[in-house]
Amino acid sequence: MLPDHLLSWMIFFPLLGAGLILLVPKRYPTLMKLIAVAATIPPLWWAANLYVQFDRWGTGFQYVEKVPWIKDFNIHYFLGIDGISVPMVLLTALLAFICVIASWNINEHVRGYFALFLLLDTAMVGVFCALDFFLFYVFWELMLLPMYFLIGVWGGPNKEYAAIKFFLFTLVGSVLMLVVMLVFYFGSVEPSTGLHSFDLTILADQSVHQAFLKNHTIRWLCYVGLFIGFAIKIPLVPFHTWLPDAHVEAPTAVSVILAGVLLKMGTYGILRISYPVLPDMALAFALYAAILGLISIIYGALCAMAQTDMKKLIAYSSISHMGFVMLGMSVFTNTTAINGAVLQMFNHGTVTAMLFLLVGVIYDRAHTRDIDGFGGLAKTMPVYAGYTGLAFFAALGLPGLSSFISEALVLVGSFQQYKIITITATTGIVLTAAYFLWTMQRVFLGPQNKKWAELPEISLREAFTLTPLALIVILLGFYPMPVLDLIGTTLKHTVAMVVG
Amino acid sequence: MSYSLPSFLVVSSLLFCLGMYTVLTRRNAIGILMGIELVLNGAGLNFVAFSRFLEPSQTTNLLSGQVFTLFIIAVAAAEVAVALAIVLSLYSRMKTIDVEEFKQLQG
Amino acid sequence: MAKLIDPQHMKSILWLIPCLPLAGAVINGLLGRRLPARLIHFIGCASVFMAFLVSVAGFFTLLGIEEPQQRLLIQSLYQWILTGSFSLEVAFRLDPLSMVLCLVVTGVGFLIHLYSVGYMAGDESQGRYFAYLNLFTFSMLLLVLGDNLLLMFVGWEGVGLCSYLLIGFWFTDLEKAQAGMKAFIVNRVGDFGFFVGLMLLFWTLFEGSNGTMTGLSFQQLREGIPLLGTARPILGVGVATWVALLFFFGATGKSAQIPLYIWLPDAMAGPTPVSAFIHAATMVTAGVYMIVRLNFLYVAAPVAMAVVAVVGGVTAFYAATIALTQNDIKRVLAYSTISQLGYMFLAVGVAAFSTGIFHLVTHAFFKALLFLGAGSVIHAVHSNDMQEMGGLKKYMPHTYLTFMAAYLAISGIPPLSGFMSKDEILWATFNSHLPVAGLGKALWALGLLTAGLTAFYMTRLVVLTFMGSFRGGSEKEKHLHESPSVMTLPLMALAVLSVAGGVIGLPAVTHLPNLLHDFLGPVLSSHGTSGHQAHAYGLEVLLMLISTGVAATGIYLGWLFYVKRPELPAKLAARFASLYQVLNEKYYVDEIYQALFVRPLLKLVALSGRFDLNTIDGAVNLSSRVTVKFAFLIGWEDLKIVDGAVNGLADIFKRWGAALRRLQTGRVQHYLYSVVLGIFLLSVAMIMF
Repeated sequence: MLPDHLLSWMIFFPLLGAGLILLVPKRYPTLMKLIAVAATIPPLWWAANLYVQFDRWGTGFQYVEKVPWIKDFNIHYFLGIDGISVPMVLLTALLAFICVIASWNINEHVRGYFALFLLLDTAMVGVFCALDFFLFYVFWELMLLPMYFLIGVWGGPNKEYAAIKFFLFTLVGSVLMLVVMLVFYFGSVEPSTGLHSFDLTILADQSVHQAFLKNHTIRWLCYVGLFIGFAIKIPLVPFHTWLPDAHVEAPTAVSVILAGVLLKMGTYGILRISYPVLPDMALAFALYAAILGLISIIYGALCAMAQTDMKKLIAYSSISHMGFVMLGMSVFTNTTAINGAVLQMFNHGTVTAMLFLLVGVIYDRAHTRDIDGFGGLAKTMPVYAGYTGLAFFAALGLPGLSSFISEALVLVGSFQQYKIITITATTGIVLTAAYFLWTMQRVFLGPQNKKWAELPEISLREAFTLTPLALIVILLGFYPMPVLDLIGTTLKHTVAMVVG
Repeated sequence: MSYSLPSFLVVSSLLFCLGMYTVLTRRNAIGILMGIELVLNGAGLNFVAFSRFLEPSQTTNLLSGQVFTLFIIAVAAAEVAVALAIVLSLYSRMKTIDVEEFKQLQG
Repeated sequence: MAKLIDPQHMKSILWLIPCLPLAGAVINGLLGRRLPARLIHFIGCASVFMAFLVSVAGFFTLLGIEEPQQRLLIQSLYQWILTGSFSLEVAFRLDPLSMVLCLVVTGVGFLIHLYSVGYMAGDESQGRYFAYLNLFTFSMLLLVLGDNLLLMFVGWEGVGLCSYLLIGFWFTDLEKAQAGMKAFIVNRVGDFGFFVGLMLLFWTLFEGSNGTMTGLSFQQLREGIPLLGTARPILGVGVATWVALLFFFGATGKSAQIPLYIWLPDAMAGPTPVSAFIHAATMVTAGVYMIVRLNFLYVAAPVAMAVVAVVGGVTAFYAATIALTQNDIKRVLAYSTISQLGYMFLAVGVAAFSTGIFHLVTHAFFKALLFLGAGSVIHAVHSNDMQEMGGLKKYMPHTYLTFMAAYLAISGIPPLSGFMSKDEILWATFNSHLPVAGLGKALWALGLLTAGLTAFYMTRLVVLTFMGSFRGGSEKEKHLHESPSVMTLPLMALAVLSVAGGVIGLPAVTHLPNLLHDFLGPVLSSHGTSGHQAHAYGLEVLLMLISTGVAATGIYLGWLFYVKRPELPAKLAARFASLYQVLNEKYYVDEIYQALFVRPLLKLVALSGRFDLNTIDGAVNLSSRVTVKFAFLIGWEDLKIVDGAVNGLADIFKRWGAALRRLQTGRVQHYLYSVVLGIFLLSVAMIMF
């Protein structure tokens, strides 16, 4: 039985949990953790239901909730989901649940950690459901606060630097978004009421744009501003340097959320806001976006190979993989590439989550992430090596695992429009193979390093967090239709809208 | 012989100026006091002279100038008494009556 | 032939062929560490054997279909990818071509699994070993049976993965792990070409057909090939040629041809049965299979065909020369494999597709046998170095005898299988119609020369290993023993196949049907251009005699060098020291690649890392520093100007006060001076105004 206002429940249920956690006396940390788990299970269940019940063939938004919020400015509490949101909401709900379990070994400021984490959960789901630009912006900013503290308080040795860097970078993006949001607001008039509007479904209607917003230069500036704002989040080279630092310092679960969910918000925002509101600019800007995607793919891979810190390596690999998303999203001659891109968003979420969880496992034991400091771990921790092998091969796009499908779709799709770019991007898969296998070799193969010979094997709790992701990775490799089905109709609509 | 007003005024001015000069130049506190007496006497003489020469024929001679002079003499006497007492007390404290040494009020 | 099995029924169980080994892999992979070794062996072998049985059933089903053109079973399992203009199914295609490969993979595969039971006995992670081996079988069968290019690509990379895992099976040895990595990455380089070709092919067909062609199934490709001719050439070269060359580039990676062969010799780091199975009999032939599968494409691109033939011929010769001087028994066989694969490419390059497959099959038999025999030897001697062997004939009679069969086969002694297939290739090359005049004859000569070299280095190998006396020391000699029967039985089975395997492709001169050629006929677009064509039997017999003579010469020279006058090789090596050095160091290709590709890449990597750290992140940090500096500037300004105004006012009063203070001398006379001065000034003012 699903409650009414399902999306609102999904968004605010974790917040209820956070409130409850704040009431728990300090001497019961385990109770707080249990509440946190309890607060993430219903959203996961609802997300699963959402997945089942979602109408694959509907072109509009579903599960819509719309009530006036701030009447003076015509702002609405407006929620709704389409084919792009559903996989993201599902991913968020799943990773939130997994991350709470992965955070079990947090032992300082337990209350603050889990309360902030659940607040973050609320904000993330909110971003993926909001259809009012203002509401979107509020959720977007709301993410920033818990993230800042989660990195800045529970992070590694250099956490203040990383947290500030993350905060400032994201803030720059937010400011750009804010400006563009106001331009949109004042540049549009809702015909039925004669008021300005933040409503994204209304803003997407080009006829509500006033002369001001019809000006080519203004549109161009708006698009670029919005694009940079989102590109910081994705992150595209050269806006990426906050990511490695943030990942290195963040605690495991926060890294997982950061890479698994937050990065997707950049590309999600482009799909949700930039393309519908400024489709002509999307088309005009596509080539540049594709080139930026290509640069991210190659440059990210090259930088990844240069790293000695596992988390940094995975951070750079994320940059590389998100480059595929950007490349795929920049193709408008067919829908194959953009389908691949959104599928890649989902797949990267699961694969990177696995990778960061795995790094967390080894870091908890060895308290180091130096790739060259290990060796022969496959002998010490064979099950762990097995999981890592799966995750690595998934990340390097081995056919039969999920990332291959999405990367192949992106490449095949992009080839129609950008031949040279796509061929160059394809070399990225060789580089990716090289740095993952090289890492594999340095950490797991070779003679057993005596220093780490006594490391305990992966625990049941850790295996529990990894197994669902592993199963998804394998399943979507052989049968990606569950996700492709979901996103196809919406993306067809998106491409048709942009092409005009 | 009759004396005109200006001759009195010259004497009183001389007295005042001498007194003033004494006050400004002497470093001895007693000398200064004496200078002050001169200044006061110069002023008193001035009062008396004006009183005599400006109102002699008039029916309403009120002798106000002479009265003022009496007051000045009285006040001067009192002033000298106080001032000498101060000088004595200063001397007992500082072992000098050189006014250049009395600079405790310097800012 | 009577219908033994209903084709419809067969169609519905096609999935069993690949999935049985997959099931074995899953069970052994997940539970392998808890299961007893016997059960692991049973699961590993039985799954492949059952797949073999299903394949045999499939074979008879195909034979049961009377019209050869109808011999095609496709099982569609489910929609794999459907997005926009891209639609693919997971479907298995059993036609004569995939049938032959299935039989080889499962048949030889089963024998090698069986052999592994003995070879790997006592190893602590047998579960993992058999899981990998089964997974490999699955991937290989997927490659063979997959009905579209992308599914084939899944198998294609899947076998690469298993190859990686198995080469580095004993991963605690860093060198072995590195060999695995090298294999995977070199293969990936080839796969890059394959994938680009796939994209180019798909879009050319899609756009050429106005969007009606949305898949990559082989049937569709075959129908769409004419569209390639109408597409606009790229850089003056036809699209078909581009696609064919790109695919061939992929094949050079997988099948270890110039320029990407370098991984295969290193791949010998894996367990010997793996070398036999993956790096000799099956996986490395995937490139040949792919070209034969896409024969319709290659026929449409004669230039690409010529390139394939030349690369094949040159590789065959080149690898054979390296094999002459190697001392590691497995490395000799590895270079021999590269050389034999070159023959196969030579065959398909001259459009003798069925001949290529014929050699693929016979090579699978005798090369698997050679490797397994070598494995048996290594098992006994515990060394790969032939200089530490010798005289094993009397200790390991079964191994010796079976090895001899394979040796004679590969050397091209009639009527063994190797002779049949190799001779057919040479004959087809001789008769070929390549775009460049005389090229066919030149390649034939090269192939003939290679045959001589092959006979020579194989003789050397056999002599050094089995003849003479043991050179590994008396301590080792005591422990020499024949391998257990679980290892020798597969050897015997393969020996029989190596000797008699030639019957499936008898030369035309015998006037007996060439079974393989006829069987494969429906799949091939150039049916009739090779094998049974109207040609001069006399010429064929002459060429046969020539090649037999060359082989015999090779063997004689080998015998002369290593039995009759063992001092000769050293003399020759001293005489041609630089040549010997170049051969021994494998033409320094590894070093050249290292300098040309690996080191520049690593430099680029280091540069990128530094660039990111110093320049981009540096710029970010610099901007933050500038901002902070700017903030300080603002702060300073705030302090001095805004706050300064307030303080300044106070300061002014303070200064004035300080200045005026001096008026307060405390000396009464000074005050009086000022009073007098004031009066004076006032007086002056009053007077003046």
